[in-house]
Amino acid sequence: MKRRDTLKAGAITVFGAAFPFSGVQAQNRYAKYAGKTVVFSVPAHPHYDAMMKILPEFTKETGIKVETDKLAMGRMKEKQLLEMAKPSGDFDLGCYVVMWKGEYVAKNLIQPLQPFFDNPALADPSYDMKDIVPIYLENLGLVGGPKGYLAGPGAKLYGIPYGAETSVLAYRRDIFAKHNLKPPETYDDFRKLLRTIKDKEGIGALASRGQAGHQVVHAWLLHLNPLGGSVFDDQWKARFNDKVGVEALKFLQEVVATGPAGIAGYGQGESNTAFLQGQAAMYLDSTSLAGLVNDPTKSKVVGNVSWALHPKGVKRASQSGGLGLAIPKNAKNAEAGFLLMQWLTSKKQDKAVTMAGGAPMRNSTLRDADAVRKYPEFITFVEALKYSAPDWRPIIPVWDKINVQALGVGLSEALTGKKSAEQALNDLVPQVTAIMREGGYKV
Amino acid sequence: MRTPSWVPALYLGPAVVVMAAACLYPVLSAFQLAGFDWSMGTPWESARWVGWDNFLSAFSNPRVWSSLWTTLLFAAVCVAAEMVLGIALALALEHPVRGMSFFRTLFILPMMIAPIAVGLAWRYMFDAQFGLINAALKAMGLNAQIWLADPNLAFIAIVVADIWQWTPCVFIMMIAALANVDSSVIEAARIDGARWWQQTFLVKLPMVMHVIAITLMMRLIDAFRVLEVIYVLTFGGPGDSTEILALHIYKTAFVGQQLGVAAAISVLLLAVVAVLSWGALRLSNPMKGEPP
Repeated sequence: MKRRDTLKAGAITVFGAAFPFSGVQAQNRYAKYAGKTVVFSVPAHPHYDAMMKILPEFTKETGIKVETDKLAMGRMKEKQLLEMAKPSGDFDLGCYVVMWKGEYVAKNLIQPLQPFFDNPALADPSYDMKDIVPIYLENLGLVGGPKGYLAGPGAKLYGIPYGAETSVLAYRRDIFAKHNLKPPETYDDFRKLLRTIKDKEGIGALASRGQAGHQVVHAWLLHLNPLGGSVFDDQWKARFNDKVGVEALKFLQEVVATGPAGIAGYGQGESNTAFLQGQAAMYLDSTSLAGLVNDPTKSKVVGNVSWALHPKGVKRASQSGGLGLAIPKNAKNAEAGFLLMQWLTSKKQDKAVTMAGGAPMRNSTLRDADAVRKYPEFITFVEALKYSAPDWRPIIPVWDKINVQALGVGLSEALTGKKSAEQALNDLVPQVTAIMREGGYKV
Repeated sequence: MRTPSWVPALYLGPAVVVMAAACLYPVLSAFQLAGFDWSMGTPWESARWVGWDNFLSAFSNPRVWSSLWTTLLFAAVCVAAEMVLGIALALALEHPVRGMSFFRTLFILPMMIAPIAVGLAWRYMFDAQFGLINAALKAMGLNAQIWLADPNLAFIAIVVADIWQWTPCVFIMMIAALANVDSSVIEAARIDGARWWQQTFLVKLPMVMHVIAITLMMRLIDAFRVLEVIYVLTFGGPGDSTEILALHIYKTAFVGQQLGVAAAISVLLLAVVAVLSWGALRLSNPMKGEPP
């Protein structure tokens, strides 16, 4: 044995004893699946673009290959449904939008995750479930509890948040300073500010989504909840056409009237672009914007954006939603898929994806010194999450249909002036009630 | 030696069987599906036989009829404009002019672009804030428009995108047809004193009427099936102002998860397209009068 080898062996003996036991276990955990390929259904989304930057590290560490199937968010569900309905599907891991979780479970398409976490051969003992932002875990992960989608008796874990979001207000501090304005604390302040900014600055006051379908419903829900409204009452009867529902829709009409031109045709991309390109002074929507505002290749407002809580209506409330990860029932490599999910949502990788421009889903990342130094807005996000409402939208299996085919059309008609806010909402009640009855609700 | 009568049937038989299976199977499947209540993502065994209920449900839905009306209007405007522009372009480029091969290539480019890319390109061009079209309007001293946020303008937007993409198809068909017109006939008309418009409308175009009829039928069928461009451009909005029947079927099947109802509406679409195609062929049926 050469002298160098003797030294090496000695060093391994001395320091190897100090290696964390979990490191050895991790090697064993992955060894069985090395060389296998996990097929992963992902959306075209800023968080998943950031994930692509850290994904090669997973293969390097574990030997498990990953093949991503990337689709536009709107087209992802139909492909997933077709794949997951086959006896043996192509996807081992899939990203889903929060609204789909109830439907996927009702159709028996995704697997409960607890058996995986209970399997010592697969579970990482250092995986800290309690560190995941509780509202994200409830909103994106749990199915079967109260109302079918809230935490409580009967709720089971079917997914892990990944690309989760809440709502915050971003505003142009240069414009606000120029006109001596303060970020809106309440919806009354907010309403007045819309007109003030439009008149004084001459650009759009608030960027918003508004395109027919899911986009316009998302925009309306952003105002409905803080103002004290909801889509259904406790008996699942439509109540969205009450005074609060009308108030929220009239507020959205005012947003369109004072916002950048063309909001009624805006999806999330156009809304983001309007703010990032300096065509709007405020932005009230997903925290996913944070990774974009200070990127000079995408933003003209670098260094001019401050963040505030979602304005208060009758109560303080912010959105809960976004994306999660689930394992299809018919996955060929479900266990390897779980290992990838566990790796991506670990503390270390949550920080890594956040630093690459993704959205954090763990409290430890939101409070991490490096992350906060890079994204000071995380201090506001942590505060906003205290008010994040798990019952932001009814995530029942028929919600997607109500969202896109009923509310998404009627609300859009109110934004273009075809109908008044009252008429649009009243006309929607029979349609929504019919869909609820089709879905088995006795209303 | 006289060929036995069964020989053509023998030669053509396999092709006819394959074509019939390929064409008929999807249609028969749609009819079958229209009789079931089946949600995508559930096993077929769980589908429930509902008879005519899906047809009743589809035909009693006012959104189906408003979509059909939008589709008819869209098809009429688009196809009429594409036929006129395509024929005019073909007539303009019929005679050898300098750089003709360049123009021909340029004109057929839109047809070769994937519909999703066409939708995205026009979505950016019609953008109220940053779009090229509003920039051009402003440069001409005109007011910018909220193209995709106004029901009437959004309809114009989808029509413009379709005309841009599919006029080249008419152009190609017509330029090929005009190239085959016997020049001696045109020469005879010219010697007889026919003016340009008489040569064009009374001689050339009637001689290529078969091709015009087939092109019209193909464009009508395509206009009823267009989906991707409108999906990307407006998603049927604002409201349901640009929700053509194909998009309504898509939403019913993949958002509403009512595959049976979607299949029933597809049968309605098939019937409408069949009637219109029959009408187009009545103009001039190239198969009529062929020797047996």
